[in-house]
Amino acid sequence: MLAYSLPSDISPSTFVNTASLVRIVALGLISAAAISSRLFAVVNFESIIHEFDPWFNYRATRVLASKGFYEFWNWFDPTAWYPLGRVVGGTIYPGLMATSGVIYNILHALNLPVDIRNICVLLAPGFSAFTAWATYMFTKEMKDESAGLLAAAFIGIVPGYISRSVAGSYDNEAIAIFLLMFTFYAWIKALKTGSALFGTIAALFYFYMVAAWGGYAFITNMIPLHAFVLLLMGRYTNRLYVAYCSWYAIGTLSSMQVPFVGFQPVRTSEHMAALGIFGLLQIVAFAQLIRSHVTSKQFQDLLFVSVISAAVLGMAAMVLLTYKGWIAPWTGRFYSLWDTGYAKKYIPIIASVSEHQPTAWPSFFMDLHMLTFLFPFGVLVLFRTLRDEHVFVIIYAVMGTYFAGVMVRLMLTLTPCVCVASAVGLSQLIDTFMDPREPDVGEEEEKEDGSSTTATPSKKAAKKEKNAAPVTGVGAIDDIVSTLSIAGGLEKDKSAKAKTGIFGLDTRMVVLFNTAAMLLFFVLHCTWVTSNAYSSPSVVLASSNPDGSQHIIDDFREAYYWLRMNTKEDAVVMSWWDYGYQIAGMADRVTLVDNNTWNNTHIATVGKAMSSPEEVAYPILRKHDVDYVLVIFGGLIGYSGDDINKFLWMVRIAQGVWPDEIQEPNYFTQQGEYRVDDQASKAMKDSLMYKMSYYRFAELFGGGQVVDRVRQQYLPKQGPTLDYLDEAFTSENWIVRIFQVKKEDLLGRDLKSANGFAQGKKRKRSKPPVKRRVLA
Amino acid sequence: MAGPKASTAASKPASSAVDPNAIHSLWKAYNDTTPSRLKLIDSFLVFLMLSGIAQFLYCILITNFPFNAFLAGFGSCVGQFVLTASLRTQVNPENRGEFKDVSPERAFADFALGSIVLHFFVFNFLG
Repeated sequence: MLAYSLPSDISPSTFVNTASLVRIVALGLISAAAISSRLFAVVNFESIIHEFDPWFNYRATRVLASKGFYEFWNWFDPTAWYPLGRVVGGTIYPGLMATSGVIYNILHALNLPVDIRNICVLLAPGFSAFTAWATYMFTKEMKDESAGLLAAAFIGIVPGYISRSVAGSYDNEAIAIFLLMFTFYAWIKALKTGSALFGTIAALFYFYMVAAWGGYAFITNMIPLHAFVLLLMGRYTNRLYVAYCSWYAIGTLSSMQVPFVGFQPVRTSEHMAALGIFGLLQIVAFAQLIRSHVTSKQFQDLLFVSVISAAVLGMAAMVLLTYKGWIAPWTGRFYSLWDTGYAKKYIPIIASVSEHQPTAWPSFFMDLHMLTFLFPFGVLVLFRTLRDEHVFVIIYAVMGTYFAGVMVRLMLTLTPCVCVASAVGLSQLIDTFMDPREPDVGEEEEKEDGSSTTATPSKKAAKKEKNAAPVTGVGAIDDIVSTLSIAGGLEKDKSAKAKTGIFGLDTRMVVLFNTAAMLLFFVLHCTWVTSNAYSSPSVVLASSNPDGSQHIIDDFREAYYWLRMNTKEDAVVMSWWDYGYQIAGMADRVTLVDNNTWNNTHIATVGKAMSSPEEVAYPILRKHDVDYVLVIFGGLIGYSGDDINKFLWMVRIAQGVWPDEIQEPNYFTQQGEYRVDDQASKAMKDSLMYKMSYYRFAELFGGGQVVDRVRQQYLPKQGPTLDYLDEAFTSENWIVRIFQVKKEDLLGRDLKSANGFAQGKKRKRSKPPVKRRVLA
Repeated sequence: MAGPKASTAASKPASSAVDPNAIHSLWKAYNDTTPSRLKLIDSFLVFLMLSGIAQFLYCILITNFPFNAFLAGFGSCVGQFVLTASLRTQVNPENRGEFKDVSPERAFADFALGSIVLHFFVFNFLG
């Protein structure tokens, strides 16, 4: 019997057509929502590149668009890492730039002359629509189309993914998540059908992923792990062999074409799991072949002698190669995922990045909202029908959750899995409560069977139709509800006699209404988080005036533009590495270090110059031909991400290289506090960073109390003086301060005494000049 | 179902420690039950394996100097081997039940496409 009546005069083809139309429209709307929810930053501010890394990607893409692909491939950038330079072609993942370059060329071939900047800005929203589609395809393989639509809707707007893909965030992750999902989809499809075609497609998208993002190592280890777990569960099939081997053989060879990856797939430990499983699968497949030819007794002989010994030998060989140094051990970046204290102890430059910190609970809720608690339920649902592809999602859930707990930025790789599992769980719930069939209680059935005349005509008709024509009418409408295939109608009809189920319309309505409300709140939450937390371009700082209007602080671009227009073209600018890409991108000047932290010693050199007294720093600056030094100072308007707050990392990184010249404890007060006021330690007050940041700062307060609004501390009325640097530029809100490095004194004095001489002469004319000292 | 090692004498010395009776019966069973098409595939597999072994020995005993060339050559052998082995599994009549979506013709088309893609990357990597 049915809880609510269904129309009975619809043909199956009408149903199929309507369902596919609904799906197409829904996917179109999801794409539109995914794109438009990422445009807050463009609408509120302007169409510019955000953050730090995207500025390099943008600069490289400009080279690709203006000079062509071959120039880009062989590009040596002499303006970064002065005086070393950087081989860009061999040290980047070119997938992102190549994608934008292809789009640029296609649009120009179609006579749509779009600026390369707009392509870069809008690439991430565009690809988020593809991600929604790929997630739909992936989830479709897990459950059915309706779960796929839910998953697509979730990933379209979930803040965990939006945070890395708003318009203007032109980073590798923008296209990588799409490639991740599509590679996984192709892998699942290859595993299900056992088709080498899908294995090849998985390998090609894996290649694209390798070219696009360093996170490809996640795929490289997820797929072998899945295959391995299937082997352990005794679920080896020939389909697994076909899928895995075609993926691995083509995928590995193709991944080595990316210059940055090179021979890593055969030389490093991160890739050895894939190779090991590849070897293991050959052995298992071989054993299967033999088993089909001999009796089980003989097979056991063969198995124990040859197969197991081969596996053990292979394992031993790999361990030996690792110890011998033929295979490189885990790199620090990966190793710090397992040993979470490792980076802090040995590689401060990894630990210094804020994205590499552990995740706090609120940020899980902030990024995923109700998916946080639907996710475990979805995984549970997947456990109950444990098909081969469900094992994949379960492993992904476990690994992804662990990694997201260790590192904030890996929340991004967890998000797709959360969306898929939650969608499966939620769609299971909706299926159950939308199903119009009610459980048949034994006595009622008997009664109906016995006295069919008492049954109402409509009920009787419905029942008759259900039993007689499962493929049409009610059977087809059932499909709308539970979205099983038409062919499944018969089977379902049998299970309609089930003893468990939902009674009545009211229970259904209560649960479905709650679900709909949760979904609604999810949308509201996502929109709110996206507009408030993730859509601010860090290049311009926005604050609101008392009357609600927006006040834009645009000091960064003011200063970079000053550098661009008022300095020599080959002037060298020294700053902390955070700003390297932005200076190169916006000011177009030579930098010493940038966000690509490939040379730790060079960064430590900058750190040492920043944290030493002027006399020590000056020779370093001169040796590196530095013309300008740029510092970020937020003390006037309370911008907390300034260089004084990052200063301790500079000290630590410098200390790692020169432990006897720079010591971190020297920068604290006696009580071990980090202070900038008159109690600050001597090393702190003498450091170049302190002097540059607070130079002439006291003058702003006209003799009143000098307050640093970030540290909330009162500074001495007498500010620091500079002998070796001249203030060249200070932006409107004092955020960016640029100092010019003085040339050596013409008379050969060191600059401190020359300065003292000049000042002394002005103040006290009668006194004899300070004794000249020859520069050492 | 992929190993060609079972198909020839190559497997014999490798597992000579095993009861020779088992090897003999295995060889006999293989000869009797395998269709000639699969035997053709197996002979190709053996050729690929020998070619791979020869390259690997060259790399170990003489030089691995153009390492990319070695990897490309060896990778093409291994890749072609597993693609052919996949084809063998897919067209094996015993596995009809496992590969419902892949007819033998489709399997061959997949094999051809996979090989083309593989060799595109091989030639690109030879340098």
